[in-house]
Amino acid sequence: MSSISRTYKKILKKNGKAFIPYIMAGCPDMQRTSEIIRLLEDCGADMIELGVPFSDPLADGPTIQKASQRALEQGVTLSTVIDFVRHLRNQTRIPLILMTYYNPVSRYGDGRFVADASAAGVNGVIIPDLPPDEASDLIRRSKTAGFDTIFLLAPTSTEDRIKRVAKATTGFIYYVSITGITGSRLSLDPAIAEHIKNIRRFSDKPISIGFGITTPEEASTVARLADGVIVGSAIVKRVEDSDEHLKEYILSLRKAIQ
Amino acid sequence: MKRLPDRKGYFGIFGGRFVPETLVPALEELGIAYREASMDREFQRTLAILQKTYIGRPTPLYFAERLTEEIGGARIYLKREDLAHTGAHKINNALGQALLAKRMGKKRLIAETGAGQHGVATATGAALAGLSCEIYMGSEDIERQSLNVFRMRLLGATVTEVTEGSKTLKDAINEALRDWTANVRTTHYVLGTVFGPHPFPRMVRDFQSIIGTETKTQIVKAAGRLPDCLIACVGGGSNAIGLFHEFLKQSDIRMIGVEAGGKGIASGEHAARFAGGSVGIFQGCRSYLLQDENGNILGTHSVSAGLDYASVGPEHSFLRDAGRVEYTLATDEEALDAFALLSRSEGIIPALESAHAIAEAVKQAPKLSRDAIIIINLSGRGDKDVQHVARIKGVEW
Repeated sequence: MSSISRTYKKILKKNGKAFIPYIMAGCPDMQRTSEIIRLLEDCGADMIELGVPFSDPLADGPTIQKASQRALEQGVTLSTVIDFVRHLRNQTRIPLILMTYYNPVSRYGDGRFVADASAAGVNGVIIPDLPPDEASDLIRRSKTAGFDTIFLLAPTSTEDRIKRVAKATTGFIYYVSITGITGSRLSLDPAIAEHIKNIRRFSDKPISIGFGITTPEEASTVARLADGVIVGSAIVKRVEDSDEHLKEYILSLRKAIQ
Repeated sequence: MKRLPDRKGYFGIFGGRFVPETLVPALEELGIAYREASMDREFQRTLAILQKTYIGRPTPLYFAERLTEEIGGARIYLKREDLAHTGAHKINNALGQALLAKRMGKKRLIAETGAGQHGVATATGAALAGLSCEIYMGSEDIERQSLNVFRMRLLGATVTEVTEGSKTLKDAINEALRDWTANVRTTHYVLGTVFGPHPFPRMVRDFQSIIGTETKTQIVKAAGRLPDCLIACVGGGSNAIGLFHEFLKQSDIRMIGVEAGGKGIASGEHAARFAGGSVGIFQGCRSYLLQDENGNILGTHSVSAGLDYASVGPEHSFLRDAGRVEYTLATDEEALDAFALLSRSEGIIPALESAHAIAEAVKQAPKLSRDAIIIINLSGRGDKDVQHVARIKGVEW
């Protein structure tokens, strides 16, 4: 069982919900990224999504686009993030999931990526522009390495897509709360609950919801619908806040996600 | 040659569908709607009538006698896509997709544009079909193609400036994809070239291949035989595929695609994906791509906004690796010379994009005899570029 699956199992056994914050590696710099990871873990995060910058992040809104640009200006690449995780593993065992686009991974090489990332202590990857239909090579290589490949479902997903994605994903299903890009305004309509119910008909894998979740109230509502909550842009916006402020915000999210 | 793309949208190893999951159902729906429309006689009849009465097809095939004399060697014919309504071949695709979107019940069209020709064509298609329209355009391109920006607004479209990244075509595509992701239920994305996720490369090729089918009939009528060589410029590659496709099976016909050489390969400031790139995945498909060693997309440069793009249609990558089509480049300087040459010798001001194809003909024609025939796809007219060229040449305006 993968580290991500074990974490979900532990949380769900206690009737809890997973809290998965996202930050961009290298924004504003790697030193700060390392500090924030420690802070997130101290505040009770269950897993962390670590963004790897890409020049053309087409699934992301302005906040993560800007963070990506800043990280690139710091010279951050897929290899530097993998190295970073290797060093980080002296300090923490918290599950770490990379989130990036397919071209950097493909350029690195599917097989080499899975081997290097899992050896460094990365637990899985989310690639928003890689649907499972195009990922058979990556999936095959990840399976043998015990490395999770997490795929996404969206409000537009048809029954056929739900079946396909639910079958391919490992670790959990990433449900995109809105028809749109990251950091868009969330609308908490009853349709989300319907969609999640529909996905449950085809899969018993854990489901976490992300995109557009900003306030503790939103996090709390969404948490009740699924097994976990992912908060990205709202945290990325606050990475340069004082530790005290950031901590207060993260703790308010943690408290809301139960 | 086997009929390509395959069911997953692949031309050999190139193509595919690399998009966020939110868009996958829309692309599946589009593929089905397109297949139905291709078999629907009523749709095909409407399209054929509008091609004739609205676009003005068939566009002429013109024997450029004075250009031929000036260069010396092979006889040069121009396929006059610049005479199509809106002034470029882009309307062939935009009109087809606008009709398809309407048939699908979509209310709104969005598109990216570089030189502005595809934006103008989409705004035109939207006006004709009674749909609302928003065009994404990089701020650098807005600057150098201001005439087309005004045309789009006149046609009732909203032109949205894209200030991210390199502020050119690739950034406009990112923004259009983001818009589509948010509004996919009501909106159709009119991608302007043989690029992006399946089924776009195939659908756009089909809408553009009328260029080649007309050319074949016309050259046989005019010269009594098929041509020896076809030349077209390649940005995404829709005008080139449009001309080449009908002739691919005739293995004795040479085909040359001309990329933007910018300030030369050594300068790093170019958009020559074949000469200077490698295989990667970008904006929906696998193809040749200008990227760094970490897989980030490199900046590009060309005097012509329509060729200033980091990747190229996947079918071109396939045809290149299969050895069927040759790809070369013309520099900014060569294109500007060809722009002046055609204007002066024939009274035809070409688009700077098409001037790249003329520049290649200047190199090829003298190597051939007077009996040989070269056909150039004159993909667009140059009115939009006059101001930009004047600025480059330091002419007071």
